[in-house]
Amino acid sequence: MNYRQATWERETDSGEPVNEPLLSEKRTGTVSHDDVDLPDELVREELTLPEPAEPEVASHYTRLSQMNYSVEHGPYPLGSCTMKYNPKFTEDVAGLDDGAIHPDRPDEYAQGTLAVLHGLQEYLAEIGGMETVTLQPPAGAAGEFTGLLVARAYHRSNDEDEKRREVIVPASAHGTNFASAAMAGYDVVELPSNDDGRVPLEALEEAVGDSTAALMLTNPNTLGLFERNIADIADVVHDAGGLLYYDGANLNALLGRARPGDMGFDIMHYNVHKTFASPHGGGGPGAGPIGVVEELTEFLPDPHVREAEDGSFEFYEPEESIGKVHGFHGNWLVLLKTYAYISRLGDGGLKDTSAMAVLNANYLASQVDLDIPYGPFHHEFVASAGDVDAAEFAKGMLDEGVHPPTTKWPEIVDEALMTEPTEALSKEQLDVLAAAFTETDRKTSEELSEAPTTTAAARIDQASAARNPQLSWRDVEGHDE
Amino acid sequence: MQRIQHDETDQSDELNESSPFAPQTPQEVDTMLSAIGADSVEELFDVPEAVTFDGDFDIEAKSEFEVRRDIENLLGQNADGTEFLGRGHYDHYVPSVVDYLSLRSEFLTSYTQYQPETTQGFLQALFEFQSMIVELTGLPVANCSMYDVATALGEAALLSARVRETSGSRILVPETIRSERHSVLENYADGAELTTETYPLDEGNTDLDALSDLIDEDVVMVYAESPTTRGAIEERLPEVASLADDHDAAFCLGSDPVALALLKEPATVGADIVIGDASVLGLSASHGMGLGLFAVKQAYLRQVPGRLVGASETANGRRAYTLTLQTREQHIRKERATSNICTNQAWVALRTAIHIATLGASGLADLAEDCVTTASEAAARLDDVNGVSAPVDDRHHFREFVARTERPAADVVSELADRGFLVHEAGDFEIQVCVTETNNDEVDDLVAAVREVLE
Ligand SMILES: Cc1ncc(COP(=O)(O)O)c(C=O)c1O
Repeated sequence: MNYRQATWERETDSGEPVNEPLLSEKRTGTVSHDDVDLPDELVREELTLPEPAEPEVASHYTRLSQMNYSVEHGPYPLGSCTMKYNPKFTEDVAGLDDGAIHPDRPDEYAQGTLAVLHGLQEYLAEIGGMETVTLQPPAGAAGEFTGLLVARAYHRSNDEDEKRREVIVPASAHGTNFASAAMAGYDVVELPSNDDGRVPLEALEEAVGDSTAALMLTNPNTLGLFERNIADIADVVHDAGGLLYYDGANLNALLGRARPGDMGFDIMHYNVHKTFASPHGGGGPGAGPIGVVEELTEFLPDPHVREAEDGSFEFYEPEESIGKVHGFHGNWLVLLKTYAYISRLGDGGLKDTSAMAVLNANYLASQVDLDIPYGPFHHEFVASAGDVDAAEFAKGMLDEGVHPPTTKWPEIVDEALMTEPTEALSKEQLDVLAAAFTETDRKTSEELSEAPTTTAAARIDQASAARNPQLSWRDVEGHDE
Repeated sequence: MQRIQHDETDQSDELNESSPFAPQTPQEVDTMLSAIGADSVEELFDVPEAVTFDGDFDIEAKSEFEVRRDIENLLGQNADGTEFLGRGHYDHYVPSVVDYLSLRSEFLTSYTQYQPETTQGFLQALFEFQSMIVELTGLPVANCSMYDVATALGEAALLSARVRETSGSRILVPETIRSERHSVLENYADGAELTTETYPLDEGNTDLDALSDLIDEDVVMVYAESPTTRGAIEERLPEVASLADDHDAAFCLGSDPVALALLKEPATVGADIVIGDASVLGLSASHGMGLGLFAVKQAYLRQVPGRLVGASETANGRRAYTLTLQTREQHIRKERATSNICTNQAWVALRTAIHIATLGASGLADLAEDCVTTASEAAARLDDVNGVSAPVDDRHHFREFVARTERPAADVVSELADRGFLVHEAGDFEIQVCVTETNNDEVDDLVAAVREVLE
């Protein structure tokens, strides 16, 4: 593949080489408030900001956009992130004027919005096999935090919060699991994987006890492997009086084939920006609804949506609610896109999504020459870059016109390349991606150290960025005034 | 699983069986299976029988047209009404250019910039967003988003506890804080064994005597808002800041980018942390979806939660941008990270930045000044109505204000709603009205309706 990312290399007026000057280097304005009816001591002296005309704004951001790789450019197989195609029509749905309402409207003036929220609660509960779903958490990590608050409230209600101080997390789990547990006030107990990459039942039996609040698990796990012992794992945790938490990041593998609720999980979050195709937006927004079993329903965040006897919808406060995890009702626009996507696919489409996601990952793996130490995997696999630093390998892949996989995680695989093609890549695109692996594998370490050469920026000095932080245009060396 | 040949079947079968967003043809599926060495897709699932799901969700697939039609119909059930609603979520006009640029798929369908060389565009946009917040707050460090202002407040409390040399456990917040925001704060605080208490306000200003009675060495953070939830511009921020400082507590100010364009710079009044909802620019009313602004003074840099974009340079000496100081974050520091946040509100930050760029310094300053004028004009007009006095708080106001009504506010609010005007109930005999450019031309009608209801 002969790939070249757009760039407009030039020098700023003061001779600094850049791709696109900062907005602040183009034209700025400084204003003061002379005629506002406020005492001077309340008013700022002046404000300086860029002052571009609209055509300049349009050109600036169009150029920036073209220096940004995205799902629509080609393969974007970031493992665990589920970078699938984001259907266009969901944006139009999110843009509907009737949905643009204030969160404090009385219920009777927000029946349409409440109906969508209620409908999505039901869809997700069904898909996850859970009793009740709240839509309030604004991302997966926020869902984890919410779920652990629910677990804590449950243990508190049994007078066990004082002694249940530990959350068990497998070593291969995502960083947010550890951090969310700590934020909810728990001590984290890390559980190493066994030789086949799964949760070791014996070690788990030893780890659980009176102090266990919950075990957090992803299934399939971050190696793409199904935890075949899940029923036993659930028994071990439940027998010890703990709860089982499902990290829904990998749900794209299982739609319509297995449900966390049926596996014995008590609490789960859904990463709707992964599984249900709401766009990742350069880092967010997402949404992280959580589902719970019946016993935990009354602990869910306030407010929750339910259908009243007359068929209308209403917000209410669950009896033992943990309170709130978002100032209002979460990321509404993302939730609306999720509802649209699920409605479009229906049962068959959802099931097919997972089938094709798993097929794609297995086919891609069959075409990649690197060592893939663990299997059978589902929607993603973790290859090893072997003797090569995975981060270097990734830089080499950039020059093949694809986005590289997630690197160096999970740590159980040396120089990990965690690869998730999703259902949305055609066979032709998978072949392009496989070729990118092969080409990169051929590169010498010297070639890799010089990569990438085709992107808007050559290799960036990360260490000096951290050593000498320049975090705004005020700090930038050589910034034009 | 039988995949359907896209061009051979009628639409209904296709809808029921396969995803329109998965491109594989049946022939390709066969080729791929034989490359894998499997006979069927089913075979690839290593799911024990006991936990296999063989039921249905009973979700019926729909065509794109049907989905759009049905959701349009559903949302159409949101009753018509002119919103004069605020209290932390505001509706400013968002110029078309914000949609067209932010919806470019290069921005919209990318993710976190783990590979900075190929994501310079988004990184620069986020760097510019951070820089705009730095200009507005006067603080040198701004991250590129928290989920919303409530979670930003929670994070501010945790940060305040971390940066303190001696331990402490109390957080003081104004009694006028939205109860929802307070509840989020309590949930964040609880895990760190922090507790929250409210301090009173007097006519929209902090009651300094009460605050100084409450504050002691155990307080890690004092939070104040300007404008307050009731729309008042708080006049005692410097005194609050020095009270906090005297007790080695962080002073956290809640505001928003439009108000900050007009009000005294937070750095000048002594704020250590500034939070707020930055999506007042960039998103119109969106049922409470927001963008948590988060800025701090230099000394807190290494304790900041969330993503930071820094400038650096490439191997060949060209300016470039990258995520930086990532050792603060969960993917590296795990349970010792400064926060659990991963996916954030980056795209909303992009929209906010485009909106600010489009307004420019002068457009933003004008918008901010209008927020003072429209609020005071609307308050004066309501004050003319018999049975209403406005504003209740003897302060300057921004966008919104509270009015006292002779009749119970609940009745007033519901009778106004019957007439098509939505306002807040702010107390037993208090309503709250928010005016921006999007509803200003309906203030006449609102005043007429209030007159009908009260006179
Ligand atoms: C396995 C796993 N768990 C949790 C998360 C956190 O989700 P979010 O980024 O939506 O907060 C991620 C996200 O990247 C993940 O991959």
